[in-house]
Amino acid sequence: MFWNMLLLALREIKRNVLRSVLTTIGIVIGVAAVITMVTIGGGATKQIKQMIEGLGSNLVVISPGKRMGPGQSTDVIPFSLADVEAIYRDINAVAAVSPVSTISFKAIFSNQNWTTQVTGTDNQYFNVTNRTIKSGRLFNESELRIGSSVCIIGETVRQKLFGGQVALGEHIRLQKLNCEIIGILDEKGQNTMGMDQDDMVVIPIITYQRRIAGNLYISLIQVSVQNGASTEKVQRDITHLMREQRHLSDSDDDNFTVTDMKEIARMLTSTTKMLTGLLSAVAAVSLLVGGVGIMNIMLVSVTERTREIGIRLAIGAYELEVLMQFLVEAVALSSLGGLIGIFLAIGASIFLSGVLRVPFIFNANIVGVAFLFSAVIGVIFGYFPALKAARMTPIDALRHE
Amino acid sequence: MTMPVVSEKERKPLISLKGMIKVYGAGQATMQALRGINVDIDEGEFVAVMGPSGSGKSTCMNILGCLDTPTSGSYCFKGLNVGNLSRVYRTRLRRFYFGFVFQGYDLLSRTTALENVELPLIYRKEPSKARRAKARKALEIVGLKGWEKHTPGELSGGQQQRVAIARAIVTEPTVLFADEPTGNLDSARSREIMDLLTGLNRDKGVTIVMVTHETDMAAYAKRVVHFVDGLVSSDETCGR
Repeated sequence: MFWNMLLLALREIKRNVLRSVLTTIGIVIGVAAVITMVTIGGGATKQIKQMIEGLGSNLVVISPGKRMGPGQSTDVIPFSLADVEAIYRDINAVAAVSPVSTISFKAIFSNQNWTTQVTGTDNQYFNVTNRTIKSGRLFNESELRIGSSVCIIGETVRQKLFGGQVALGEHIRLQKLNCEIIGILDEKGQNTMGMDQDDMVVIPIITYQRRIAGNLYISLIQVSVQNGASTEKVQRDITHLMREQRHLSDSDDDNFTVTDMKEIARMLTSTTKMLTGLLSAVAAVSLLVGGVGIMNIMLVSVTERTREIGIRLAIGAYELEVLMQFLVEAVALSSLGGLIGIFLAIGASIFLSGVLRVPFIFNANIVGVAFLFSAVIGVIFGYFPALKAARMTPIDALRHE
Repeated sequence: MTMPVVSEKERKPLISLKGMIKVYGAGQATMQALRGINVDIDEGEFVAVMGPSGSGKSTCMNILGCLDTPTSGSYCFKGLNVGNLSRVYRTRLRRFYFGFVFQGYDLLSRTTALENVELPLIYRKEPSKARRAKARKALEIVGLKGWEKHTPGELSGGQQQRVAIARAIVTEPTVLFADEPTGNLDSARSREIMDLLTGLNRDKGVTIVMVTHETDMAAYAKRVVHFVDGLVSSDETCGR
């Protein structure tokens, strides 16, 4: 019975090559478009999330000067190590606080030189920014206290200055400062703004202040908030504390800015999500248009098919056999279209994720949904006109105009 | 092939129509196509049904072939009351006992002659080898050897009708119903088709019921039934 129906369905597909191909293409395009859009969109969202997580979770950044706005002048009063200690001591729910001062400098090793970002900070910095050491070690207590000439370098700097050579234990020169490499950071790649996060040299903050800046200032304070604690509250507390530290009266504006990185993260994530939603909506429309195309092809051929069904009934086909044949045909075409669409979508997604530098994430749900949708359309519009015809008396179907 | 078996001792006619009425439409717009037809047809007969258009001859044939259902009246095939049969059993009658040839050939387009002829055998679940052999033989009988791979679009009207006849006889039916089989053909082609039908009737004992409005064609039959306005007006058996 089944083989018979398969034989009849295959003959039907062979007879109506154009109709079959058009039906299949409708499904292929719809399925491929939806899956590709959702996969790429999902990859982009994932990428942005990874980047944000890379920033350091629950990061709050305190910078001197007020939030810039139109017609405002900036009177920058830098922070000091006392501010860092005050925050660590007085604010609850703070996991780590690190002072950060940076300057762009030329790093020199033998005859190689490379302009990079020199950061003065302490060991907390690595916790706050989620960095780990690939080889070597962190600064030790005495190095931090006395301001030794030691540094930890990023992968980009290591490559530019040392290439294949061993960097650990060597000395690089930062202007007048000649410092020993005690550690190499794990790679992190670009950040959200496209900056290379491995292009850096980290030295103790005291070393930075004494040997490079020549003052006791700190340009930024980075605070990481304990997991589960409210960053908003920490933000408020820090503002309050800093106003006290700086002896601001009630009428004075803040002359510093406390930024919650989570806020920025949320903004970026919601933007990507919105874009993904938009793309998916466009793709869903193409799936729908594909469906309408199938509908069109199937309904146009109803008259021809009704007469064929009449012939089959007259020759001695059961109603059930005719229906099974058309069902098998519809399912075969829809599944074929769906499968081609899925392979096409996976190919396109891998290609696009390569071009757009977005991770490829296979989303089984959307593949299932798109496949089911197309199959249902194919079956409904392939099967139901046949159902109507097969229920007629044979002569009515045969003489259908 | 589960058909209720009828005892052979009672010499009943193959086909027996009593008070057959067919009404089309509903309410005021009704049209009585058949107004009480009584006809008996024996096995092995070649009956031509004649009459002007609208006299109900095609309607009657469609009911005989179980392609249509009567409004009232009884139809017995081999002593079996067809009126009591379900759709499935009427389909079985068509599948195992009837063959059809229509005026418009009604072949599956874009399908080769061989596949068209194979079609009824597929529904009879014949294995593919036997199926192909029988279909080739049937095409040979109707004189289309070598035309197996041609589709209806590549065949002339006469050839298409011969494919249709091959499709009807490939199952070796008890009765062959032909509705104006020569209606679309010129006289030379018509004679070929009629010779083919008479041959089948004579050599294979196939009962043939043929609807026609051409006296020339009716002359091939052993018996001619005339229809006028949904009633039988005359029923003559000629001594050929």
